Amino acid sequence: MTTHILLFKITLIAYFTATVLYLVNVVIQHDKSGKFARWALFGGIAVHFGNMALRFFEVRYTPVADLHGSLSFFALCLVVLFLLFDLRYRLPVMGAFISPLALVMMIFAGISHKPLLELNPVLDSWWFPIHITFAFLGNAAFSLAFCAGVMYLLQNWMLKSKHFSALYYRLPSLDTLDKINYSSLTVGFPLMTMGIISGAIWAESVWGTYWSWDPKETWALITWFLYAALLHGRLSIGWRGKRAAIFAIIGFCCLLFTFLGVNLLLSGQHTFEALGG
Amino acid sequence: MNILVVGLSHKSAPVEIREKVAFSPTAMAAPLKQMLELPDISEGVIVSTCNRVELYATSREKEGAISRLKDFLADYHQLSRDDLDEHLYDYHGEEAIKHVLRVASSLDSMVIGEPQILGQIKTAYGYASEYKTAGVILNRFLHKAFSVAKRVRTETAIASNAVSVSFAAVELARKIFSTLDDKTVMLIGAGEMCELAARHFVNNGVSEVLVTNRTFARAEKLAEEFQGRAVAFENFQDQLHQVDIVLSSTGAPGYVLPAEKLSEVIRLRRNKPMFLIDIAVPRDIDPRGNKIDNIYLYDVDDLQGVVQANLKERHKEAAKAEAIIEEEITQFQQWLSTLEVKPTVISLRRKLEDIRQAELQKTFSNLGDLGTKERKSIEAMTSAIINKILHKPTSILKDAQNNSDGNLYIDAVRTLFDLSEPSVDPQDKKKQDND
Repeated sequence: MTTHILLFKITLIAYFTATVLYLVNVVIQHDKSGKFARWALFGGIAVHFGNMALRFFEVRYTPVADLHGSLSFFALCLVVLFLLFDLRYRLPVMGAFISPLALVMMIFAGISHKPLLELNPVLDSWWFPIHITFAFLGNAAFSLAFCAGVMYLLQNWMLKSKHFSALYYRLPSLDTLDKINYSSLTVGFPLMTMGIISGAIWAESVWGTYWSWDPKETWALITWFLYAALLHGRLSIGWRGKRAAIFAIIGFCCLLFTFLGVNLLLSGQHTFEALGG
Repeated sequence: MNILVVGLSHKSAPVEIREKVAFSPTAMAAPLKQMLELPDISEGVIVSTCNRVELYATSREKEGAISRLKDFLADYHQLSRDDLDEHLYDYHGEEAIKHVLRVASSLDSMVIGEPQILGQIKTAYGYASEYKTAGVILNRFLHKAFSVAKRVRTETAIASNAVSVSFAAVELARKIFSTLDDKTVMLIGAGEMCELAARHFVNNGVSEVLVTNRTFARAEKLAEEFQGRAVAFENFQDQLHQVDIVLSSTGAPGYVLPAEKLSEVIRLRRNKPMFLIDIAVPRDIDPRGNKIDNIYLYDVDDLQGVVQANLKERHKEAAKAEAIIEEEITQFQQWLSTLEVKPTVISLRRKLEDIRQAELQKTFSNLGDLGTKERKSIEAMTSAIINKILHKPTSILKDAQNNSDGNLYIDAVRTLFDLSEPSVDPQDKKKQDND
């Protein structure tokens, strides 16, 4: 077993531990386990960084070209962004939604792990890490918006139907959830925009054209328009609450399709095969 | 030494009995002194509230002392013991410790988690210290009970959800708005519950209060009380879009606020959420209003439902509190068991013997070439010193166990000579120190 696989496994265990602890925290309202869960995530990202760095030095390029690397990098961005966000909001119940999401990504990353192949020369560019860092941080921010949206719908349902489950007591107020939704959107949207722009510049430098309507680009643009519509709705027509939450969830589904569906179901220059992964 | 509890509470006796055995808070000296004069009772505390009357005592024996405490309770209030007996409960040993810890933590209260009982026990303890009827054991025990109650309060959510309808409304508002600081409340009509809820809202940060009433003078009067603004009943609907929280309790036979009006208002508010509380029966606000997005409409039954859910949540938390109490019982019993004379004398001897051995070793190795005879006589001398020193304290301790100061001496000896408490494993000890 090479070191990077070992580190990957440790990361997986750390995220698993965090998930269990966050669930314990929410189900029986055990405050300390929320704190331990945060430490598990901190430990997890440290090892995760190590894993990415090792893979980088092993193959001498940003190791996000295959499905394994992309999922793993997505999970890393998600956890990093959540921890940053947690510094401000201190919401362990959000961890109970985020860490399982990161865990699932890591499990699929683990399943899809393959030895790294020869690099497609296209990827041998500084634009590559810049492009994916913007794109994946944007994805992570939209994942936060998605989780906040799901939490909003749950809390809204409980307040409307007057069924008060244990979760009602743990979830924050509708107002807080709506604010989280909005702030993740304002973080995610510029990041995604930068991701698309840097991708276009990079495309120009290797293929001589900024935009070639490959399926990934098309779907990214559709997702971008969805989030742009949501942002516009919020800023100028007073969209909020339930509608914004539903929109954030639809946006996330679209984003997942852009990220996974396009690569796995459609073909184009963004597929992992084309990228040599 | 046994801790004894004799008493009755809302669970065992109706109010007709409870009021007969209650002790007057202005005259606690007499009953406390009488209680201590009972044979074989060495310490005493009397807790008397409207929901419970309990005697806490320590004694060398159990059944006899318990019976005498029951007699005392009956005699003092001129009741027959037979009438009282069916309502009385009694506990000793671990059960007694558990009972008092549960009472202090408000697990035995009518409304679980209510905060008053702790204060009442503190008052009872205050009387007992004033009249010097609480000794080493009850002192330590009640302080333990206070710290356990505090732990339960901070480590569980037993007291965190409202159990009154008016306060439940405030908590619901917090689940919708997060902060109430910049929110506006409108009172429609004047009902007692409405006013109470409004007061809770104001105390929790609501910045503006509007009041409307069919009789404008009443609206003005109430508005003055809340330093708010009176609004004419004819056009209160025009102001609704500035209002975040509505409290309604008019005597109107039909709906004062139709659902159609509410959709219009929410549009004017650009979907900013609104929380409406309809306390009136028959209801003031069209219940279809709750179907509109961003409108949260609660009637009296809904609020009752919230209170029920909150109580259920408190009961769930109570299980956590019970676990904390179990943990603390063990700790306290360990301390209690050190208050026995025999083990104290043994550990005191062992302590001195250890010191003697260590010092002998040091001396012998310093002196070097000593003959067997010299060594023997040095050993004999040191041993004699210890015996002479220990003779008097040992006999005093043995005599003291038969009078009420006994525990005081034992505790003092343990503290002065730093005798570790037997069978306390290091982890528990550490925890105790952190308390």
